[in-house]
Amino acid sequence: MSIHFEQQDIVVPGQLLAEGDYRHGNGAFKEHEKIFAAVIGLVKMKGKTVYVVPLQGQYIPKARDIVIGTVIEITLNGWLVDIHSPYPAMLPVMHGVSRRDATQAKENLRQWYDVGETIVAEILAADRTRDPLITTRGRGLGKIRGGVLTHVIPTRVPRLIGRKGSMINMLKTELQTDIVVGQNGVVWVKGRPERVAIALDAIRQIQREAHTSGLTDRIRDTISAKLAESKGESLE
Amino acid sequence: MSEKTSEEKTPLIDSKGLRTDGRKLDELRPIRLEVGNLSRPDGSAYIEHGRNKIFAAVWGPRELHPRHLAIADRALLRVTYRMATFSVSDRKRPAPSRREHEISMVIRQALEPMLFMELYPRAAIDVFINVLEADGGSRCASTTVASLALADAGIPMRGLVAGVAVGKIDGKIAMDMNDIEDKIGEADLPVVMSPERGEITLLQMDGKLTPKELAEALRMAEEGIHEIHEMQKAVLYEKYAKIREEVGEVSQDVDDDILDDDILEDVADEEPLEEEKPKKPAALKRKRTTKAKKPDSDEPEAEKPKAAKPRKRAKPKEEETS
Repeated sequence: MSIHFEQQDIVVPGQLLAEGDYRHGNGAFKEHEKIFAAVIGLVKMKGKTVYVVPLQGQYIPKARDIVIGTVIEITLNGWLVDIHSPYPAMLPVMHGVSRRDATQAKENLRQWYDVGETIVAEILAADRTRDPLITTRGRGLGKIRGGVLTHVIPTRVPRLIGRKGSMINMLKTELQTDIVVGQNGVVWVKGRPERVAIALDAIRQIQREAHTSGLTDRIRDTISAKLAESKGESLE
Repeated sequence: MSEKTSEEKTPLIDSKGLRTDGRKLDELRPIRLEVGNLSRPDGSAYIEHGRNKIFAAVWGPRELHPRHLAIADRALLRVTYRMATFSVSDRKRPAPSRREHEISMVIRQALEPMLFMELYPRAAIDVFINVLEADGGSRCASTTVASLALADAGIPMRGLVAGVAVGKIDGKIAMDMNDIEDKIGEADLPVVMSPERGEITLLQMDGKLTPKELAEALRMAEEGIHEIHEMQKAVLYEKYAKIREEVGEVSQDVDDDILDDDILEDVADEEPLEEEKPKKPAALKRKRTTKAKKPDSDEPEAEKPKAAKPRKRAKPKEEETS
């Protein structure tokens, strides 16, 4: 029974984390009663479970996640959507349009979502043996117009959202912009151009400093500094 | 190459016991590592090992094309080792050579056992290795750098691998063969292993060694690999530690919002902890228990349910007709 790390240490693959009566969570594996890190990330322990929060990695679809994707193909019974993961998502007509429109929609799917258009969707089912199924029925889901898209490393999305949305809500209120964060790392920002620019900078900084603490406060400071600066400019 | 010519023309060890490049017999060439230096790939790394200068780029796990290559229960690892036309003194013809194909294959086989390929069924993990300048032991340096790039891409693995080519020059076992030693020495033994696990994932040999020499060479290789592995870990760690330092903090606050609460959902399927029982497994258990009860009740009265079933089926039919 021994632990070879401190909370939130940066660990690298193959690093010995704990020996004895512990359990492994994500990003760690167990062999001969020893727990090792499997990915580069921050090690944590909760109860008797040792896990590693990854800093890098691709998005793997998970049911109930909100994602932002691009329509890449129209099939006989729906759309194929690129959600920036190893697996393209299927959006069948029945989940893409309202029940009332379903029969009509099948005639010309392009009227609803055309190739190249960006949609916000929720993952209905994903089990890696088949391509994930998504839906655009629901509040806040569907086609998006205007604004800009940016990408963050998917494993750092929780940091962009923050505990109970603290980070993202702070960004939205401070900057008065619309921000939608997909779990797949695609972020949509819409608002006044100068504020969008500040938001994009902030998102970039959050991604870069995702593994540091006290981030929300630091971001708030930089944003208010930039806002004051831009106000000064506009007054001149 | 006969021993005679090598001794007559170019002695590989001088009177002081030093090699052509001034190294001792058990000394590595200077190594420099970089990680995450390319912006487009998901993971990347760069190595300078002696005169070797090698880039590795990793993409994936990503969608696999062509589709027919997909493996239903795990990811496909594709490794491409390429030498630049200017990487050797005589211009290398740009077409992929037999040697490049072979090295691509052995590197793939050296890396694959370390990866959890089963986590990404049907997907592809692509590793591209570009040799800008080649020296001896380039397949080992390539594996070292590819392993780093895979780690940088966040691909789950059992551990890093590192490689070094040991060999025999002028009758003595020597560490980390350079180009000349590789060409005119008596034996060349590239070794790739996972130092933490003590597992060898690549072992080739060119030349002759006695069993005793082989054992000595392997021991020497292990030493060198440990040394390289420490550098690998340091450079990976440094990439993130640097930013932490820059920001000027290392807080050990557990409740910080770096934590992703979802992460515990996938915790290994052992008994849930006292304080937090994931909701999903609980629901599954209920289902299992109801299922388990059925066959139990069936056994003692095997005939009754059979008789009951047709009745149940018959009922809706009656309703339909009525």
